[in-house]
Amino acid sequence: MVRGLMYGSYRKPRELLWIFGVLIYLCLMAEAFFGYLLPWGQMSFWGAQVIINLFGTVPLIGEPLAIWIRGDYNVSDATLNRFFALHVAAVPLVLIGLVAAHLMALHEVGSNNPDGVEIKKNIDPRSGHPVDGIPFHPYYTVKDTLGVAVFLIVFSAIIFFSPEMGGYFLEANNFIPADPLKTPEHIAPVWYFTPFYAMLRAVPPLFGSQFPGVAVMGAGVIILFFLPWLDRGRVRSIRYRGPRWKRFFGFFVVAFLILGYLGVEPTTVWGAFPNGVPVVGGDYVALWVARVLTIIYFAFFFLMPWYTANDREKAEPQRVTW
Amino acid sequence: MKKLLAIFLLAIPALAFAQHGAQLERAPIDLHDKASLQRGAAIFVNHCLNCHSASAMRYARLADLGLTEQQIKDNLLFTTEKIGDTMSASQDVKVSKAAFGVVPPDLSLVARSRSADWLYTYLRSFYRDPKSKTGWNNTVFPNVAMPNVLWEFQGEQVMQVNERRDENTGDVTETHKLVMARPGSLDRGRYDQYVGDLVNYLVYMGEPAQTSRRMWGVVALFVLSFFFLLALLLKHEFWKDVR
Repeated sequence: MVRGLMYGSYRKPRELLWIFGVLIYLCLMAEAFFGYLLPWGQMSFWGAQVIINLFGTVPLIGEPLAIWIRGDYNVSDATLNRFFALHVAAVPLVLIGLVAAHLMALHEVGSNNPDGVEIKKNIDPRSGHPVDGIPFHPYYTVKDTLGVAVFLIVFSAIIFFSPEMGGYFLEANNFIPADPLKTPEHIAPVWYFTPFYAMLRAVPPLFGSQFPGVAVMGAGVIILFFLPWLDRGRVRSIRYRGPRWKRFFGFFVVAFLILGYLGVEPTTVWGAFPNGVPVVGGDYVALWVARVLTIIYFAFFFLMPWYTANDREKAEPQRVTW
Repeated sequence: MKKLLAIFLLAIPALAFAQHGAQLERAPIDLHDKASLQRGAAIFVNHCLNCHSASAMRYARLADLGLTEQQIKDNLLFTTEKIGDTMSASQDVKVSKAAFGVVPPDLSLVARSRSADWLYTYLRSFYRDPKSKTGWNNTVFPNVAMPNVLWEFQGEQVMQVNERRDENTGDVTETHKLVMARPGSLDRGRYDQYVGDLVNYLVYMGEPAQTSRRMWGVVALFVLSFFFLLALLLKHEFWKDVR
């Protein structure tokens, strides 16, 4: 997805392709969340408890909604059973459908390239194929085989040598069976959710409701859908983008990574501000850092129509360069 | 992109430090030391299985430690257990609950939820405390419900509190130290080794396949690097004409 951001793969005419991609991302998040309850360890149980309670914060329909998701007043056997069904059957089926739709959408517009040049502009009049295009097979099947090899090497290295990854992939608490009467001291989601979790914690409750934080966290993902219409730049690729976009993008990536780190740590990490600081009081440094970074994360999207509109971009080449 | 991913993955373990509050000592873990694991299994079966269970472990699996079925039967099965049984506590759960106020937790995965160093330090940090229900307390796990089961071997430690007054400021600092009041049948070094063997066994039990897992990992990576090389050559061959 970062590559898609860098090379503008979401831009016109690939909006539909991008939307299917974000839907796949959402489904994968759901798949990961449902699957994480299945080991039925302490972290599974309390993680699910926290996430389902997020839905409970929705005004008016919150509590019935949470009960509907759990199928009980607490995370219980009913929840475990339905999460199992969702994890192994329902969500994978939706994923298969989305992958098919994604491929169909891709087939219509073709792949983007690192230059962001629209390859369908230059069609060979004799063969009817794009001059700059190469067929998927054998070129990309072969290249992806190489990618699979690299992935399997990293994957096996983790599986065989460090499956727990120092407690970040398999948390120590999850080796204790779920116990509804004992809340773990520190409940953190697994690393791939932590940037959004940090955003959730960064937003203070409004009128006694935690819903603003939940809404911000949701918006952090949903906003990706609107990307094709937020970007008003003339070029697609980072190679020809102007300095303003590059700066915003750099801040965005750094903010996302630091938010990811903050999400695994308790908010007390980095300690409290000295109590002498006016207004701020005894608040935690990390909490304020998370707030600033959340604003940067959203600024990247919300200010995009302005900073991309008249950025000093370089001219895009006519043909794909090597 | 792939390079970035690799850097990211390598950076994760580096972040995974600094968590526990109590000062933990390093447990002498060596999963290739079969003799130590066998001693640990014997200690575990003799002392821990009275109250705790290990429901994910079968006696027969102890063959991993270089024991024959007959040796397991003769030395590690005491009453009516069968070799194919999982390790269950000999004391009824209700009795334990009545005696200690909590059900003693299952120990199958305890080395993974607590860490070897925690267990090693914990089992050596019991001290006499007349205020507690069992007469024992622990510096690593304050007010723990478990008494010092191994006291015959370790002896009885007591908490010695020293107050020191700073002459200039008048502040009093307290230092706490465990001292041996009555020695047990093992001296300090031998008791450390005794607990070390037990913790070594607990680590083994947390994931019995971990030594073979690493061995297979080397094989898998070897095969995959060969596959990687082939894929790389193939890619270069096909992409030559794109240039």
